[in-house]
Amino acid sequence: MGADSKARIREFVLDNIPETELADDDDIFERGLVRSMFVMQLVVFVEQEFGVQITGDDLRFDHFRSVDRVDELVARKLASV
Amino acid sequence: MLHGLTTDQRDNLLAFARFTDEHLLPHANTWDHQERLDDSIIAELAAAHRLVPTLPVEAGGTGMDAVTYGLLSEELGRGCGSVRNLVAVQGMVAHAILRWGSKTLADRWAPAIGTGSVIGSFALTEPEVGSDARNGTTTARRVLDGYEITGRKKWISFAQRAGVFLVFARLDDDPAAFIVERDSPGLSVSPINGLLGLRASELGEVHLDSVVVPESNLLSHGRLTFDLVATSSLDYGRYSTAYGSVGLAQGCLDASLEYARNRVQFDVPLAEHQLVQQALTEMVTSVEAARLLCRQAGQMRASSHRDAIRQTLIAKYFASRAGFEVAASAVQIHGANGVSADYPVQRYLRDAKIQEIIEGTSQIQQVQIADLTLART
Ligand SMILES: Cc1cc2nc3c(=O)[nH]c(=O)nc-3n(C[C@H](O)[C@H](O)[C@H](O)COP(=O)(O)OP(=O)(O)OC[C@H]3O[C@@H](n4cnc5c(N)ncnc54)[C@H](O)[C@@H]3O)c2cc1C
Repeated sequence: MGADSKARIREFVLDNIPETELADDDDIFERGLVRSMFVMQLVVFVEQEFGVQITGDDLRFDHFRSVDRVDELVARKLASV
Repeated sequence: MLHGLTTDQRDNLLAFARFTDEHLLPHANTWDHQERLDDSIIAELAAAHRLVPTLPVEAGGTGMDAVTYGLLSEELGRGCGSVRNLVAVQGMVAHAILRWGSKTLADRWAPAIGTGSVIGSFALTEPEVGSDARNGTTTARRVLDGYEITGRKKWISFAQRAGVFLVFARLDDDPAAFIVERDSPGLSVSPINGLLGLRASELGEVHLDSVVVPESNLLSHGRLTFDLVATSSLDYGRYSTAYGSVGLAQGCLDASLEYARNRVQFDVPLAEHQLVQQALTEMVTSVEAARLLCRQAGQMRASSHRDAIRQTLIAKYFASRAGFEVAASAVQIHGANGVSADYPVQRYLRDAKIQEIIEGTSQIQQVQIADLTLART
């Protein structure tokens, strides 16, 4: 997708981790920044913000690793509706 | 409390309250005593599309919104904690399958559970692993005709009655979730009796001894099985438990008000003794505060608000603790009658303790709420 969607995703992630900076390709899980509830929060956010539905086909941890990956997932979902 | 509800929500609430007064309250002590729900109440819930009302219509639900589902959970909790638990668990299992499963699994199981033709159980906890549920030891391995699962699941609500289990296990050292049918060879259930509370929840220990399921029964595999599939189910259950605790506390308050008005000691009704008034004030304040937190969580859930999960945790934490305190006060106000099987408050007190243990103990929630709050910037 684009700069705008990435910015929205980045802002959400930053709002929910104890850090103030994050590169779009940073692995937010590898850096140990997030807790067990975070993926669920991220999914609620993505669904609401972009009007897509995350389903069983999307159940791959890799899709949620970084701002870039989430953005790719959203773009794929939007393209398939 | 009708303030802030739409006309539809008010009408629904009144209908839910009537159902509780007519179909749950007259029987809840009996079910508690016999440690089993009557089949007829499950059939009545199914007929009213209230087993999993949040499912879409084609899956046996009514597409009920989160706010209304909260109102239903409150009323079920006021009537019978185990009925409320049944409805919560059916929702957890049916939604997990509908949302995360293949179309075949969803078509096969979501409507079956939604219409009550099959009861589902959510099998996560094990004898040695509760709060640390991520680290269960039940194991699956690939075999010729699917997966073979071995392990034990304990404290599983409605395992005695269930026709299908959502079983969490490890596969290739990653979490996985499977649909396991009751009649699978190698699966057996031993009833757990004599519990303190939620005695009619028909708990069981599920033994899986090399149970083979077809490949297509794998619902999910990988880290998100825990971080998304299990956690979303628990979040759904927690919302029900939060509101159910409000209902339980309301039931205690109603019973205590009536008792305090009628029971005379020292020539006046209990209600005229100021220390009893103090207890009633603490109770009514707790009920109202807990309900407001649930309402807030419900509204956030209905709009998929980004803070809905944390608010649900807060509501469950507060309401379950408030429920226990209110129930203890209710028993105290009732004196000896409070501990007698002829009154509901002893059951409420026993059930209230359970609400502080299921879907995350109060201590685990203290950690989770602080974590999520500290992470916010
Ligand atoms: C009536 C009933 C119905 C249930 N239904 C189901 C069901 O349908 N499906 C299912 O899978 N499970 C079910 N459970 C199990 C329930 O989810 C677990 O009991 C719960 O998660 C707690 O686990 P535990 O009992 O093993 O306690 P433990 O995890 O052993 O905890 C014991 C105590 O230690 C505390 N503790 C543990 N870890 C920490 C920590 N890190 N920090 C501080 N304190 C800690 C806990 O708060 C608790 O007070 C049910 C339980 C009951 C009682």
